[in-house]
Amino acid sequence: MSTTSTLTAKRRLSATVESLKPSGIRRFFDLAASMEGVISLGVGEPDFVTPWRMREASISSLERGYTAYTSNAGMLELRVEIQKYLEERFSVSYHPEKEILVTVGASEAIDIALRAILDPGDEVLVVEPCYVSYEPVIRLAGGVPVFLKTTMENQFKLTPEELESHITARTKAIIFCYPNNPTGSTMSAAEWQALLPILEKHDLLVISDEIYGELTYGRMHDSIAALPGMKERTILISGFSKAFAMTGWRLGYVCAEPELLAGMLKIHQYTMLCAPTMAQMAALEALRHGRGDMERMVESYRQRRNYVVDGFRQIGLACHEPEGAFYAFPSIASTGLSAADFAEKLLMEEKVAVVPGDVFGESGNGHIRCSYATSMEQLKKALDRMERFVSKLS
Amino acid sequence: MNRQKQMELLRLLEEDSRQDVEQLGKMLAEPKEEIEKAIAALEEENIIVKYPALINWERVDDHPYVTAMIDVKVTPKRDVGFDEVAKRICRFPEVQAVYLMSGASYDLSVVLEGKTMREVASFVSQKLATIDSVVSTATHFILQRYKHDGIELEDRDEDRRMVVTP
Repeated sequence: MSTTSTLTAKRRLSATVESLKPSGIRRFFDLAASMEGVISLGVGEPDFVTPWRMREASISSLERGYTAYTSNAGMLELRVEIQKYLEERFSVSYHPEKEILVTVGASEAIDIALRAILDPGDEVLVVEPCYVSYEPVIRLAGGVPVFLKTTMENQFKLTPEELESHITARTKAIIFCYPNNPTGSTMSAAEWQALLPILEKHDLLVISDEIYGELTYGRMHDSIAALPGMKERTILISGFSKAFAMTGWRLGYVCAEPELLAGMLKIHQYTMLCAPTMAQMAALEALRHGRGDMERMVESYRQRRNYVVDGFRQIGLACHEPEGAFYAFPSIASTGLSAADFAEKLLMEEKVAVVPGDVFGESGNGHIRCSYATSMEQLKKALDRMERFVSKLS
Repeated sequence: MNRQKQMELLRLLEEDSRQDVEQLGKMLAEPKEEIEKAIAALEEENIIVKYPALINWERVDDHPYVTAMIDVKVTPKRDVGFDEVAKRICRFPEVQAVYLMSGASYDLSVVLEGKTMREVASFVSQKLATIDSVVSTATHFILQRYKHDGIELEDRDEDRRMVVTP
């Protein structure tokens, strides 16, 4: 393609899209993917294959000819199971016909939630470090992201002070993910409670990404929607990817008050129509019979978390105790390197891939995200290599 | 160590009994001495019986062997029921497993290993069928092992994930 036509084509892109930064993970992925013998702690998905019962349920639905669209909001049977499940596990209650919408991954849910509520110039508070899509999706919806910082000293929890100090007349909503990617941090009911007066005072809407809600260790996940008065102002987002090892199925859901949900359903029905039927069939099986499989996976993540956190501390990298998800987020500040330099050097010299923390926002600077969703054998090797690497630096 | 951790320890060892106590200790957030103590106690109670390796002999050349599952019908004896004959069958080293079965038209299921079919056949006719309380036997040879003790012998899950994902 000639330079002129490249320029012409580029001019055709919208100013918003043109202004979006490419994901910082991308460059790293290209680098790591081009090398051989890399041990990757950079994978943000379970190392388990989807349990056979879910795969089998999906295959069987195909054999029986379930290949048509489902209702826009997803199969009612599935929404009923989601309602029962959320009530039983997290004490939140949503009406299956009016308050639950099945989406193509939690990613779609995040997108339609933001698009449904934002007018141009509305501000959305984003608790960082966080998943890489929040900022671009807010911008695509016409909103303005305003970042709230968290620190290792506070176990990456959101404090009332930080929340209040960034609220303006344009602030419409706040979005966060707990248990958190990339820090593994969680929020307790008491910690949520401390934020409620501020959320109420400024009438903020909460978008709570609870995709890692099942992956907690030594404690249960507390959903902010379960607190008194919070259901009305919360859009709860979750899905099957992490808990049931179903990332490639692309299946999630969003729960909210009927009026809000109706708004999201409009976008969903015009852009997506419905989530894939065969994936919904697998999800139905997951909720009905897959909890045992999930518990076994959670046990294994907990053991590996214990192992790697101990490992990082022994290497001399300060690491807070992640209570959820499958990430450890050690500080590399003691090495004097930036997160990006540390990650790049580590990859080149020891062939271990980790993700630099600043990819997830400024608060992530000085940290690296290490996923422990990989085999014990690999974790052990990775820790050995990292120990060698860190000792050479000091 | 609490009961829940003890169960976890057993599951970990069942998955891979070669994990060292230090690693197990880290995974279970217990000092390694605690793990050593717990394992010793579990061995003492005969809950942990042995630490064998699962070997796929079919992949080993020049190691011909056959396995048979034999349905054995027996007359139980007063006072000792099936135990006496079952224990007697257990003593043969070529016997790999002995189970008392419900709902079948036979009583004991015996798993037998031998170098050749002839060897197995001769064991059945010479040793097994001649035991006093054995009424009848039916021998089924195993043609192919797909899964053994919860492990698929030929299939290994590959990691198909991309190297770095958000």
